[in-house]
Amino acid sequence: MSVTLVFMAVLMGMVAFWLLRHTINVRPWAAESRGNLINSNIQLPATKIALGVFMAVVASLFSLFISAYSIRMSLADWRPMPEPDLLWVNTGILVLASVALQWAWNAANKGRMEIVKRAMSIAGALTVAFVLGQYLAWEQLIATGYFMTANPANAFFFLLTGLHALHLFGGLVAWYRTSARLWRGVGETAEIAKIRLNVELCAVYWHFLLVIWLILFSLMLNT
Amino acid sequence: MVQAAHDATSFVAPLEVEEEELYHAKTFIGKYIWSQDAKVIAIQYAVTAIAIGLVALVLSVIMRLQLGFPDTFDFITPSNYLQFVTMHGMIMVIYLLTALFLGGFGNYLIPLMCGARDMVFPYVNMVSYWVYLAAVLLLVASFFVPGGPTGAGWTLYPPQAISPGTPGADAGIIMMLVSLALFIVGFTMGGLNYVVTVLQARTRGMTLMRLPLTIWGIFMATVLALLAFPALFVSAIMMTLDRLLGTSFFMPAMVSMGEQTAYDGGSPILFQHLFWFFGHPEVYIVALPAFGIVSDLLATHARKCIFGYRMMVWAIVAIGALSFVVWAHHMYVSGMNPYFGFFFATTTLIIAVPTAIKVYNWVLTLWRGNIRLTVPMLFAIGFIFTFINGGLTGLFLGNVTVDLPLSDTYFVVAHFHMVMAVSPILVVFGAIYHWYPKITGRMLNDTLGKAHFWITFIGTYTIYYPMHYLGFEGLPRRYYAYGDTAFMSDSAQALNSFITVAACIVAVAQILFIWNLISSLRNGKPSGPNPWEATTLEWQTPDTPPKHGNFGENLPLVYRWAYDYSVPGAVEDFIPQNVPPEDVPTARTDDPTAAPAEGQPA
Amino acid sequence: MAFALALLLLVIGSVAFHLWSPWYLTPLASNWGLIDATIDLTFWVTGFVFVAVNLFMVWCVIRYRYDKNRRAEYQPENKKLEWWLTGLTSLGVAAMLAPGLFVWGAFVTVPDDAHEFEAIGQQWHWSYRFPGEDGTFGTVASRFISDANPFGMNPEDPNGQDDVLVANSEVHLPIDQPVKANLRAKDVLHNFAVAQFRVKMDLVPGHVTYLWFTPTKLGEYEVLCEELCGIGHHTMRGMVVIDTQEDFDTWLAQQPTYADILARIPGDAVAGQAVYAVCSACHGAQGEGNPILNSPKTAGQEPWYLRRQLAYFKNGTRGAHPEDIYGRQMAPMAATLVDDAAVENVIAYIQTLPDTPAQATIVGDLDNGERLWRTCGACHGVNGQGIQALNAPRLAGVNDWYLATQLRNFKTGVRGAHSGDAYGIQMRLMANVLKTDQAVDDVVAYINTLPGPAVTEQQLSLNTRID
Repeated sequence: MSVTLVFMAVLMGMVAFWLLRHTINVRPWAAESRGNLINSNIQLPATKIALGVFMAVVASLFSLFISAYSIRMSLADWRPMPEPDLLWVNTGILVLASVALQWAWNAANKGRMEIVKRAMSIAGALTVAFVLGQYLAWEQLIATGYFMTANPANAFFFLLTGLHALHLFGGLVAWYRTSARLWRGVGETAEIAKIRLNVELCAVYWHFLLVIWLILFSLMLNT
Repeated sequence: MVQAAHDATSFVAPLEVEEEELYHAKTFIGKYIWSQDAKVIAIQYAVTAIAIGLVALVLSVIMRLQLGFPDTFDFITPSNYLQFVTMHGMIMVIYLLTALFLGGFGNYLIPLMCGARDMVFPYVNMVSYWVYLAAVLLLVASFFVPGGPTGAGWTLYPPQAISPGTPGADAGIIMMLVSLALFIVGFTMGGLNYVVTVLQARTRGMTLMRLPLTIWGIFMATVLALLAFPALFVSAIMMTLDRLLGTSFFMPAMVSMGEQTAYDGGSPILFQHLFWFFGHPEVYIVALPAFGIVSDLLATHARKCIFGYRMMVWAIVAIGALSFVVWAHHMYVSGMNPYFGFFFATTTLIIAVPTAIKVYNWVLTLWRGNIRLTVPMLFAIGFIFTFINGGLTGLFLGNVTVDLPLSDTYFVVAHFHMVMAVSPILVVFGAIYHWYPKITGRMLNDTLGKAHFWITFIGTYTIYYPMHYLGFEGLPRRYYAYGDTAFMSDSAQALNSFITVAACIVAVAQILFIWNLISSLRNGKPSGPNPWEATTLEWQTPDTPPKHGNFGENLPLVYRWAYDYSVPGAVEDFIPQNVPPEDVPTARTDDPTAAPAEGQPA
Repeated sequence: MAFALALLLLVIGSVAFHLWSPWYLTPLASNWGLIDATIDLTFWVTGFVFVAVNLFMVWCVIRYRYDKNRRAEYQPENKKLEWWLTGLTSLGVAAMLAPGLFVWGAFVTVPDDAHEFEAIGQQWHWSYRFPGEDGTFGTVASRFISDANPFGMNPEDPNGQDDVLVANSEVHLPIDQPVKANLRAKDVLHNFAVAQFRVKMDLVPGHVTYLWFTPTKLGEYEVLCEELCGIGHHTMRGMVVIDTQEDFDTWLAQQPTYADILARIPGDAVAGQAVYAVCSACHGAQGEGNPILNSPKTAGQEPWYLRRQLAYFKNGTRGAHPEDIYGRQMAPMAATLVDDAAVENVIAYIQTLPDTPAQATIVGDLDNGERLWRTCGACHGVNGQGIQALNAPRLAGVNDWYLATQLRNFKTGVRGAHSGDAYGIQMRLMANVLKTDQAVDDVVAYINTLPGPAVTEQQLSLNTRID
C-alpha cells in the first residue's frame, strides 16, 4: 500500500496546504463593508476544475491498483508475463494521439479552426487504433494460452489494460461531443471559446491517460 | 436599510464568471421526477435513503430478536441471520448514511449555503441520483434471487464471501458487488458537483473562512469519499473476477467443503487492506458532515458564535487527511505483519486529538451561550453526549494492546454503533427538525419531536452502553447463538433480552418521526422564512421553500461569517451573512458607522 | 432543566453501571496481566474525560439556559484555552499509547523458550499439531489435503513423520510454559480466541500467523472462532485444557503421530463378520436396522463416523446420559469390541452390507423442511450425503425416526453435552435452529426425500404422497 500511501500523502498535503494558505491569516469573524467584497472562488471554468478533481479520482483508482499489484507480486506464485511486442507499437500510437491533441490545443489557442479539425480527427483515429491494438494484444495472449487465470500477472494485465481502455472510451465520448460542435460550425465567439476549452480538456485528459499508461506499461515490463 | 444593498450604484456582481443558465422544466415530471434542481434531487436522495434505511432498521430488529430470545423465532435461521447482519450493515453505512449526508444534505445545503443558484452540473447531478436508485434497487433485488443476499458480513471478506458455506455466495454476492460499483459511479458524479460547486460557485464575499461548518464538513467528506471509494471499487472488481472468472487476486490455495479448489496464491489480507483503505475514511465520510451540521445547530440554538471556528476547520481538514493513514487499525488481529500495529496505533491515537478539540469546542460553544432547548438543539446536545462516549471507547480499540481482547466482540459492535450509528443519526434527526421548515415552509410538531428525541436518545444509550460490557465478558460478534461456555455468564442472556426490548421500543418510536414528517406537511404551523433566527444564507431566501434558482433576482452578497450571534451592540441577537455592517441596526443609533461586528478574541 | 437532569443521571448511571456491572473481563488465566492493566489505565483516563466534559456540559445547559433578557457572550476563539486543551489531550493520549505500544512489543516478540504447536482452523472445526520429538514441524501444503490426509502433511518430508496430529477440537497444553501457537487455515478466515488468555489472532489461508501466551491456571478453556467464517461460525468451538507437565506428557504420548496414522492396518471384513454377530441381534443381519428395538440402520454409514461413535460409546462420551435410554443399551454392546482391531474389522464388514434406504415413517411440511434443511445441508451436503472433511455424517437414507430422536436429544442435551464429544456443541447449537417438534418432523420428512445412494422410485413416490 506504500504507493497509495505516498500518493494520498502528496494529495492530502496539497489540499491541506492550499486550505491552510487560504485560511491561516484570516480573521473569519471580521465583517467586511460594502465595496470591499472579494470573490475568492477559483477563477477557472467549472469543467476545468471538475476534470482536475476527476483526474485525482482516477489517479487514486490506479494507484490503488498499483498497490494491489505490488502486494500480489510479492507472493510466491507470481510469474512474469510475456509482454507482446505489439504493446510497444500501441504505446507509440497513444503518444502520437496525445501529440495530435496538443497540436489541436495550440491551434485552437490561435483560433485556426481548420487545423483543429484536422488534428482532432487524427487524434480520434489514433486513439481508436490504440484501443484496437490493445484488443489485438489480448487476442495474442489468449491465443498463446495466457488468459486471466493463467497467472496473477496476466489477470492484472487484462484488468489494468481493460480499465485504461474504458477510461479512453470515456474520453472518446468527450472527443465526439467536441468534434460534433467543431463541425457544426464556428461562428460566434462564445462558441469558439467553448470549443477551445473543450479541446484543451480533451488534450489534458489524453496526456493524463498517456502518463497512466506509461506508468502501467513500465510496471508490467519490469515485473 | 437592507434594500440599500441593491441600489443601482452600489451593485456588485456576485460572481466573476457568467451565471449558469438553469434548465427550467415545464412539466410535472421535469420538475419533480427528472429534476435537475439540487433541492428536488436532495429530497429524492433523502426519501430513498430513509426508505432503504427503514428496511435495514427492520433487519436489525429481527437480528435483535434472535439474540435476545434465541430459541423462539422459527423463521430466523443461521443463514438468514448472517444475511440480515450483512445487509443491515451495508445499507446503514453506505446506502443510508453516506447517501443521506452527501446526496441529501449536500445537495440541499451546498448551493443554498454557498449562495449559488444550483450545483454547477445539474444534469450530472440528476444522473447521479438515478444511478444511486439503480444501485439500491439492485441491492433490494438480491433478497429475491435463489440463495438470497450475501451473508458475508458487511466487510465481505474473501475467501468466505465467495465460497460455499456462506449464504448468497452464488448470486447475492455478485449483486452486492455490482450494486456497490454502481453506487460509487453515481456518487462520483454527485461528488464532483459538490466539490466544484464549493470551490467555484460561491457568491461574492463568501470566502472559505466564512463558510458555515456544515459546508466544510460536507466538502471534506466528499473529498474523502471521492478518493476512498475507488479502493472499494478496486476490491469489488477484483473479487467479482475471482468469483466469475476464477482469478486468484484474493483467493489462496484452499480446500472448501472438503474439495480442492482451483485457486492459488492470492492474498485475503490484500482485500482487507483495500477494503479498510476505503472503510476507515468511510467512517469520516459519515462523521464529518455530522460534525459540521451539529456545529451549526449548536451555534444557532445557543445564540452564540461557534467557539474556535478556525480550529474547527483545521480539525476537519486534519481528521480528513489523517483518516487515510489509520486504516489498518481494523486489522490488528487480521494476521497482517504485527509490526504494523505500532504505526497504526500511533496514527489512530493522534487522530483523537483533533477529534477531541472538536468536542471541546462544541461544549465551549454552549458555555456562556443563551441556550434554547429546541428539538434540534436537544438532538445536537444528545449527539455530543453519545459522541463523547463513542469516541472514548475508540481509544480502547485504537490502542493495539487493548484491542486484543476486545476485537471481534460486542465491544466493537457497541463502539461503532455509538459513534457511527447513533451519533450521526441523532444529527440527521436534529438537522431534519432544523431544516424541515425551510424545505416545506412548515414547522414539525414540537411535542412529537420531543417524544421522539427522548425515546431515541435514552433508548439507544440503554441499548449500546451495556453492550460494551458484554464485549468485555467476551461475547463474540456475528454469532447466531452462544450456547454454553464457562466464561459467559447466564445473566448475559438476560442483558441481551433487555437490549432487544430497548431496541424494539426505539425502532417502533421512529413511527412518531415518520408520522410527524408526513402530517406536518399539511398540519404544521407555517414557519416563515427564518424561524430559528439563523444567520446562514439558506434562511435569507426570498421564498420559503426556495424556488428553483434559490435566490430570486440577485444572488446575495456575503459580508460576514456564519456565526454573528449575539454581536455586542447589535439590536437583534443575530446578523445574517448578507447584511453589510453599515446596515446593522445598533442600539446606539447616534453612531451608525461604528462597525459592531469586529469581535475581539480574548 | 429536565434535560440537564437526564444527562446528569446518564453520567452517574454509566459510572455506576461500570462499577457494579456483573459483566466484565473473565478471570485471567495467562501471563497477559499487562493487557488488563492497560485496559484499567485506559478506563481511568477516558472515564475522567467522560465525567469531566459531560458534567461541564450539564452545568452549561443549566447555567446558560435561554433568557430573553440576556445575551450570549461573543467570543470567537480563545487561543490560550484551546492550546491548553490540546496539550492536555495529547498528554492523556500519550499516557495511554505508550504502555499500549510497550505491551504490544511484548506480544509480537515470542520468548525463545516458547514451545510451539499449531492450531488449524477449517469450516467449522479445530485441529492441532505438535512438532513431535524432533521439535520441527513437517511441511504442509493445501494441495496435499484430502480425507486421508486432513492435515495436508507432505508425505515426502521426514520432519513430518513424528508430528503429533490431534484430529480433535480439544488440545492439551502444559501450565507455566510459554507456548507459541502457529495458526493455519484450510479454507476461509478464522480467529483463534480464548477469552481467559486475552489474546487472539486471525487464521488466514495461505499464511501462517501466530500468537503466544503462558497459561497460568489449570483448567479447561473454550476456543472460539471470532472471525466470521460462514453459516457454522457460531458453532466453531474448541477446547484448550491446561494440564500439569506430567498430565500433558501422558496426553501427548497417547496422540498418534503421522507415521502411526500411515501405519494403520485396514480392517478385515471377514474377521468383522464374526464380531458383527453381536450387533446383528438388534441392527439386523444386513445392518438394515430395527425400529421396534430402536436400533438404527448401520449399512451405508461411513467408516469414519462409525469409528467415532463406537469410540464414544466405549469411553462413555455417548450413551452415559441417564435419559439416553437406547444409548445406554448400546454402550455395553460397544464395549464388547475389545480392541481397535475389532472395531476396524466390524466397520469393514458393515461396509459390505447392502445399502437400501430406510422406510419413511415421519410426515411433515416439506416446504418448511426444505427451508430448514439449508442450514443442515451446509455441513451434511445439499443431498445429505455427508461430508467427511466437515465431520458431518450422511443423513440421506438413514432411519427418519432415529434422526428425529437424535435431533431432540441434541436439543435437550441428552446427546452432545459431554465434554468429550468434540462436535457435540456444534450439533447442539445447530439442532436449536429447529425451534419446535414440528420443525424437527418437517426437516426429517424433507431428508426422506433426498436421493440417498440407492433410493428407489417407489420410495420417492411414497414421500410425495406423504406431502
